[in-house]
Amino acid sequence: MINPDAIGRTFKGAEVSITQSEIDAFCAVLGETDTSIAPPTFSIRISLDQSQNVLTSPEVGVNWDRIVHGDQKFEIHQPLKAGDVVRCDSTLEGYKQMAGNEFVTARSDLYVNEKLAVTNWSTLVVRA
Amino acid sequence: MNHEVGTALPERVFYIDRALLKQYADASGDQNPIHQNEDFAKSVGLPNVIAHGMLTMGLVGQYAADWAGGSGQVKEYSARFTKPVIVPAGEKVDLTVTATIGEVFPDGKVRLDLNATSAGVKVLGMARAIVEKNH
Repeated sequence: MINPDAIGRTFKGAEVSITQSEIDAFCAVLGETDTSIAPPTFSIRISLDQSQNVLTSPEVGVNWDRIVHGDQKFEIHQPLKAGDVVRCDSTLEGYKQMAGNEFVTARSDLYVNEKLAVTNWSTLVVRA
Repeated sequence: MNHEVGTALPERVFYIDRALLKQYADASGDQNPIHQNEDFAKSVGLPNVIAHGMLTMGLVGQYAADWAGGSGQVKEYSARFTKPVIVPAGEKVDLTVTATIGEVFPDGKVRLDLNATSAGVKVLGMARAIVEKNH
């Protein structure tokens, strides 16, 4: 069970720098030839890591091995690019239980120089 | 060019094999063994190794980006992971993508309703991208 006190809380992330080689590698998988900006789904690389850190912390208590990705949404205000220093804040926005599974929606707000660049939402299912 | 609601866009087929899963694992940092190790995947009740949902979503996003004229044209993008893309060893499985123009907004942005199947099975639900087409 997810600690109910964690729902609604925002967890500030550490700053990470995006490198050109990370964007190049992501673009190469997708077949994108323009590597001047990150593909629309690139922010998952940062946000899912942050969500994992938050959800598996002792105060939240999720077993990551039981997690399945249910759905995903991105809102891109400003595409990420190499050299951006990103802070990803994660808010456990929604929670429900269904058929013994727990569904938690983590909203990740990615800031570059304190300006919101990308928001994404991951609904993660903790299998019973 | 005028975009009409209901217009069907051309089909495109991406191919996914184990090498691409490894490449995506390294590019994304998601090294979950269900995407690389067949014995492990089967031990947790999966039929075989499955593709990362976000790889599938990334490739379908590439379809939307290419139609719109570049990665930067995709403003919103969402999908549900309904069924896994199953990737047996030594095979290249298809990810077949089509789309329909679902809505044209007053500011000119377009909503693409995306459809993605693999081996005939629909793998994403409610896949939608809002794009600003580069003319």
